[in-house]
Amino acid sequence: MSAEAHDHGHDLEHEHHHKETFITKYIFSIDHKMISKQYLITGIIMGVIGVGMSMLFRMQLAWPEESFKIFNVLLGDKFAPDGVMANDIYLALVTIHGTIMVFFVLTAGLSGTFSNLLIPLQIGARDMASGFMNMISYWLFFLSAVIMLSSLFVEAGPASSGWTIYPPLSALPQAIPGSGMGMTLWLVSMAIFIASSLIGSLNYIVTVINLRTKGMTMTRLPLTIWCFFVTAIIGVVSFPVLLSAALLLIFDRSFGTSFFLSDIYIAGEVLHYQGGSPVLFEHLFWFLGHPEVYIVILPAMGIVSEVMATNARKPIFGYRAMIMSVLAIAFLSTIVWGHHMFVSGMNPFLGSVFTFTTLLIAIPSAVKAFNWITTLWKGNLQLNPAMLFSIGMVSTFITGGLTGIILGDSTLDINVHDTYFVVAHFHLVMGISALYGMFAGVYHWFPRLYGRMLNKNLGYVHFWVSAICAYGVFFPMHFIGLAGLPRRYYTNTNFPLFDDLQNVNVLITTFALIGGIFQLVFLYNFFSSIFYGKKSVQNPWKSNTLEWTAPVEHIHGNWPGALPEVHRWPYDYSNPAHDVDFVPQNVPMKEGEEVLHH
Amino acid sequence: MTSLLVIIVLVLLAVALWQLTKIFDLTQVGSISDNSQVASDDDNNVQGYLMFGFLAFLYIFSIYGLFKWGPLVLHTPASEHGSLVDSLMNISWVLLFIVQAITQVLLHYFSFKYRGKKGQKALYFADNNRLEALWSVIPAVVLAGLILYGLYAWTNIMFIDEEEDTVVVELYAQQFKWTARYAGPDNVLGKANVRLIEGVNTLGVDLSDPYAQDDIVINELHIPKGKKIHFKMRSQDVLHSAYMPYFRAQMNCVPGMVTEFAFTPIYTTDEYRELPYMVEKVANINDLRTKKSIELVAKGETALDPYTFDYLLLCNKICGASHYNMQMKVIVDTPEDYKKWLQDKPTVVQEVKTAKTPAAPVDGAKGADSTKGKDTAAAVVKMAMK
Repeated sequence: MSAEAHDHGHDLEHEHHHKETFITKYIFSIDHKMISKQYLITGIIMGVIGVGMSMLFRMQLAWPEESFKIFNVLLGDKFAPDGVMANDIYLALVTIHGTIMVFFVLTAGLSGTFSNLLIPLQIGARDMASGFMNMISYWLFFLSAVIMLSSLFVEAGPASSGWTIYPPLSALPQAIPGSGMGMTLWLVSMAIFIASSLIGSLNYIVTVINLRTKGMTMTRLPLTIWCFFVTAIIGVVSFPVLLSAALLLIFDRSFGTSFFLSDIYIAGEVLHYQGGSPVLFEHLFWFLGHPEVYIVILPAMGIVSEVMATNARKPIFGYRAMIMSVLAIAFLSTIVWGHHMFVSGMNPFLGSVFTFTTLLIAIPSAVKAFNWITTLWKGNLQLNPAMLFSIGMVSTFITGGLTGIILGDSTLDINVHDTYFVVAHFHLVMGISALYGMFAGVYHWFPRLYGRMLNKNLGYVHFWVSAICAYGVFFPMHFIGLAGLPRRYYTNTNFPLFDDLQNVNVLITTFALIGGIFQLVFLYNFFSSIFYGKKSVQNPWKSNTLEWTAPVEHIHGNWPGALPEVHRWPYDYSNPAHDVDFVPQNVPMKEGEEVLHH
Repeated sequence: MTSLLVIIVLVLLAVALWQLTKIFDLTQVGSISDNSQVASDDDNNVQGYLMFGFLAFLYIFSIYGLFKWGPLVLHTPASEHGSLVDSLMNISWVLLFIVQAITQVLLHYFSFKYRGKKGQKALYFADNNRLEALWSVIPAVVLAGLILYGLYAWTNIMFIDEEEDTVVVELYAQQFKWTARYAGPDNVLGKANVRLIEGVNTLGVDLSDPYAQDDIVINELHIPKGKKIHFKMRSQDVLHSAYMPYFRAQMNCVPGMVTEFAFTPIYTTDEYRELPYMVEKVANINDLRTKKSIELVAKGETALDPYTFDYLLLCNKICGASHYNMQMKVIVDTPEDYKKWLQDKPTVVQEVKTAKTPAAPVDGAKGADSTKGKDTAAAVVKMAMK
C-alpha cells in the first residue's frame, strides 16, 4: 500500500508543480513545510551560538582568568585582552546564552519547527489556516534573531543583566554597561519575537480547531498535536504579559516613568524615580517566565510520546490521562510563577500559596513519567536514535524534575535560591529534556522534512556522548549548588571557602566541552544527509499518523487528490485484531472490529 | 584524573572519526531508498545493552558523586531554624532518591529487556485506570506531607513576631559592598532614604529622626549568639540578595522598599570553626591552597594566604560587574563580646558632626520636615518620604 502511494506521489508531483521563483519557494514561502525547515535551520544556527557561548564561559569558570587564544579570537581585544575573559563579557555571555537557548532555540526552534511541520500533516490539512501569517511569523522571528545577534557588536557590549533582565540593573546603564544600547536591542528583539510567537500560536490554535480532516476528532489527535495546541494556548495567554513588562521597562529607561524604579542613588547622584517597584517587574516577568518553561517542554513531551509509541510498537499508555495531565500542567503553569520569588521580598503569605500550587505540578508530571515507562513495558522497542533520545528525555526529565520538589518548597528554596543547584535543576528538566525532545523530533521526522534518512550510527554516537555528558555536567553541579555557590559569579577565587569546589568545576567544564564538541557529529550528519542521505521510503518507521501517508516529495497541499479520512486513533500499534503491527489512522475499521482503548 | 579525561576524549574522538569515515563511505554507495537507517535487530541488541550499561553508569556516577562531592555540601546549620530546614531537606532527599532509583531502573531496564526483535509483537496495553489512579494518588499523598511540613517551617521562619526581643540590624546593599546599621539602645532604626545621602551619611539616615540619634553605621557585621537578629535590608541602586548560607538565610535587597529576615545564631564563629567537619573542610581547602601556592611561587607570583573559616554574607542576585566579589564577613560573638565590640562605636550623628566640625554649621533644614514615626510596622515599608 505504501509503495503504491509513493508512486502516486511521483506522478502527481508534476501536476502540482506551480510556477515558483527561488524567492517564493525558499525565502518568502507560505508553505508550512518550508517554513518549518526555515525555523529548524535558524534554530540550529542559534543553538550553535548559544551552546558555543556556554562552552566559553564554562572555560572561564574552570580555569578562572586564564588566557586562552580562542577568547581573544572570538571576543576581541576589548573583551578578552591577552586572551583573558573580562567580567563584563562573562555576564553578557551568560545573559545571551540564556536568552538564545530559551527563546530562540527551545521556543521558536522547537515549537516553530514541529508545530509547523506536524500540525497540518498530522491533522490532515492542506496547510496552516493562514500561510501568510505563518510566513510573517517566521520572518519576524528571523528579524528578532538578527537584532539579538547584532547586539553582540555594540560598543558597550550586549545586555548583561541575566536573561531575566531584572530592573534596576537592566534599566540603568550606570549600573552595568550592557544596560545601554545592548539592552535596548534586547528589548526590541524580544518585542518582535513575542509578536512572532503570538502570530504563530494563533495560527496553530486556529488550524487545530478548524482544519482537522474528516474523522479526526479531538480524541483521535496524536499527542504531538495536543501538546503543540496547548503550548500555543499558554503562549497566547502569557507572552503578552512579557511584552507589557518589556514596554514598561522601555518607558522607564527612555521616558523617565517609574514603573519599576524607586529611590535610587547611583554613581554619586540620586535619580528622580519614585514609587515604582522592581518586584512588580518580577511578577510580570515570571507570569510569562514560568509558563515559558512549559512552552519549552510540552512540545518535547508531545514528540517523545509520539516517537515512543511508534518505536515501542505499542499504544501510548493512558492516552486520555496524558491529555488530562498536559491540560493540568498548562493550567497550573500559570499560577505558580511566584516560586521564582520566594525571597524577592514579597509577602511571605504568597510564598505559602505558591509552594502549594507548585508542588501540585508534580502530580501530572509523575503521571506522564509513569505512563512513558509503562509504554515501554512489554513493547517491541525499535531503538532508533529518535527512540534513544526519547528515553533519554524521560530520564533527564525525571532527574531534573525531582529536584524541583526541593526548589518549589519555599523553606528549602531560601538556601538554594540562585545557587548552582537551580542551574543544574532547570538545565536538566527543561534544557536538556527539551533539547532531547528536539533531537528526537529531528531524527524521527528528518525523512519527512528532507525525504532522506539521517545516518543512524552517527545518531547513536551523538546520543551516547550527549547522554553521558549531560549527566556529567549537571549531576555534579547539584553538589556545588548545595555547597552554597551562587550562580552568575565571574570567578569564585575571591572566596577561599569555595576553593574545594574548583575540581568539580573543572570536571563539569570538561564534560561540557566534550558534549559541546560532539554536537558537531549531529551537525555533520544533519547537513550532509540533507544532500547525501539515503533516500527515505514513505513510512520508514511504520508509523500510524497521517504525515506518513503523504508522498515523500513535498507538494503544495500535502496530499495529491482528496485529503485522507481518519477512522481510528493514532496508537493502534500491535493491535491484536490486525496481522501487521501498525494500523495507520486512515485505515477503515474492519467489519466487527472493536475499539480496544478508552 | 585529568589525564584520564584526556584519554577519554581521544578515544571518543577516534570513534567519531571512524564513524565519520564510515558515513562517508556509505554516502558514496548511491542514493537508493532502503531501510538501512532504521534500527535492525543487531542495533536493538547493541543499543539495548548500552541502555543497561547506561543504567550502571548512572548508578555508579551517583554513588561516586555522593561519596566524593557529598562532603562538600553545607553541613551543620549555624542558626536555630536551620535544623528545621535541613531536616525537611533530608526527608525530601530520601524520598527523591527512592523515586529516582526506582524510575531510572524501570526506564532503562525496560529499554534493555524489551528491545525489539523481528517478528515479535508488543502487548496491546492502552490504559488501566487502577494504575493511573495509583500513580496519581501516591505522589499526591507524599506531596501533601511535604507541603504541610514545608508550610509549617516557612511560617515559622518568615513571619517575624514584632513583640519578640530581637536585635535590629539594617543590611545596606550597594554596588559592590555591604554596610550594617545598628539600631542602638532604643532598638529602633531611624528613618532613612537615599535622597538624604550626603558626605559621611552614606546610608541616607534621617538625622532629625529621634530614633536615628543612636544609630551606628559600620562596615563590619557582628551579631550575638543566642539572640534573634532581625535584619532589615535596603538597597540603594539595584537588586542585591543577602545570602548567608551557613545560617540558611537569604532575602533580596530591593531599592525603594525594606525587606526583612530574622534568625538566631547558635554557634559563635570560634565555636563553628572547631566543629570537626569544619576543621576537616578547612584543612582540605588549605591543602589545595598550598598546592596552588607552590605553582604560583614557581611562576614568580605571591602565594595564597592560608584560609580560616568565617561566616559570610554574599550577594546572590546579579548586580553588576563586581557581583562576584560583593561579600562581608559575619562574626558571631558571645553576647558579652558583642556588647564590648559595639560599646565604643560612634553613632552616625556623631560621625556627621565630626566630619562637619571644621566646616560651616550643620545644615539643620535637611530632612526637618520629615514626619516622625516608627519604622517597624509592616513587613514591607515604603521609605519614600518626600
